[in-house]
Amino acid sequence: MKAARFDYVRPTDCREAIALYQQSAGMGKYLAGGQSLGPMMNLRLVQPELLVDLGGIGALLECRVNGEFTVLGALTTHAAIEDGLVPDPTRGMMPWVASSIAYRAIRNRGTVGGSLAHADSAADWVNLMAALDVQYLVESPEGTRTISQADWMMGTFTTALREDEILTGVRIPALTVSARWSYYKFNRKTGEFAEAIAAFVDDPERHVRRGLIGAIDGSPYVINDATPLLDGWDEAFAHEQLIAAGMKPDTYEYRIHAVALARAARTLTKPYGGKT
Amino acid sequence: MTLLELTVNGKAIRAEVEPRTHLADFLRERLLLTGTNLGCEQGVCGACTIMVDGRLIRSCIAFAVASVGSEVRTIEDFDRDPVMQELRTAFSAEHALQCGYCTPGMLATARDIVTRLPEADDARIRQELSGNLCRCTGYVGLVRAIRRVLDARHASAIASDTLRKGPLHGN
Repeated sequence: MKAARFDYVRPTDCREAIALYQQSAGMGKYLAGGQSLGPMMNLRLVQPELLVDLGGIGALLECRVNGEFTVLGALTTHAAIEDGLVPDPTRGMMPWVASSIAYRAIRNRGTVGGSLAHADSAADWVNLMAALDVQYLVESPEGTRTISQADWMMGTFTTALREDEILTGVRIPALTVSARWSYYKFNRKTGEFAEAIAAFVDDPERHVRRGLIGAIDGSPYVINDATPLLDGWDEAFAHEQLIAAGMKPDTYEYRIHAVALARAARTLTKPYGGKT
Repeated sequence: MTLLELTVNGKAIRAEVEPRTHLADFLRERLLLTGTNLGCEQGVCGACTIMVDGRLIRSCIAFAVASVGSEVRTIEDFDRDPVMQELRTAFSAEHALQCGYCTPGMLATARDIVTRLPEADDARIRQELSGNLCRCTGYVGLVRAIRRVLDARHASAIASDTLRKGPLHGN
């Protein structure tokens, strides 16, 4: 349960990090908070020859508010979001979700960017960001580029990020005052990865009525117009969406996702701040 | 080998380490601070929980090289810490430990609960303890021990407040 041998570098900016990574000829790995990569290296599921630690890059901690968008630096920790140390454009949704990620010792180190780049389908950020429809800011050898939410996650543990690219931050649209949200996850044990996730973001002023079925095989399933589940509860529509999300009727997966979706919808009907 | 400079329990440390050495192994094998225990070595059980720069972390999934410049505090450094003194007494009184293997990590997490969440109710204490696995004592004693410290600190806060402002009078 010890990591295999590797070389370690700690650059101070992204350009240097990319240059160092490129020397590894594809055998390197970027390290953010290390709360997934650390265990995977200890278990030798991953054996990079070079670890490029992004922890020394101050720019990746920068957060800024630009009008209707907030950019969170990739190295923002779950705990910083939980504690309200960074701007929250989501009217409480992000801090609330952050507070139930794993355990405090993990949240103190784990980062938004690391989690999104790792892209575990059952993790919180890939699902929440899909519900919020964010954009992904990327530093690549050729310069910077932006990846849309729809293009980000290609499957479990697979994103549109090329191996030498670095996710530098996420651009999150602000919810308006009239927005409602809910997020429900089912875990077998507190702090474990979710068995099922469901979320709603209802922001009529921005014409957003989005639903999400998450912790499924592959990328989260987004319900672009979830009106039938927001104005009352349309059971047939819910069934259609669960099937479209890849659930097979009368299975454990179908049932827990159906329950998560219904519970998320129910908590949303409460006034603003719809916590589960 | 990489040169590592950091502070451990108030002492400046300079050492050559292999990048693959995790912080818990560095503390235990190189500095002989064996109070930090290793359980799962994959960040799940919480036995290796320590404080780095004032925050709880898992030392089994943190590489020592990545801790350059950090201030590390292990269980050995908490001998004279007032909160930890209260917790140790409460752990004994409430039978919050049996074999003791999870205890260093439990105490670190318990101290974090007491200092960060003074208003925590029992459900919150349980939630916060969910990242530290205890397989022999059970959580009833652990929750009670932390409850006892929180209650005692509330009582003494009220008492000192009353002393400062004088007794309350109805109006």
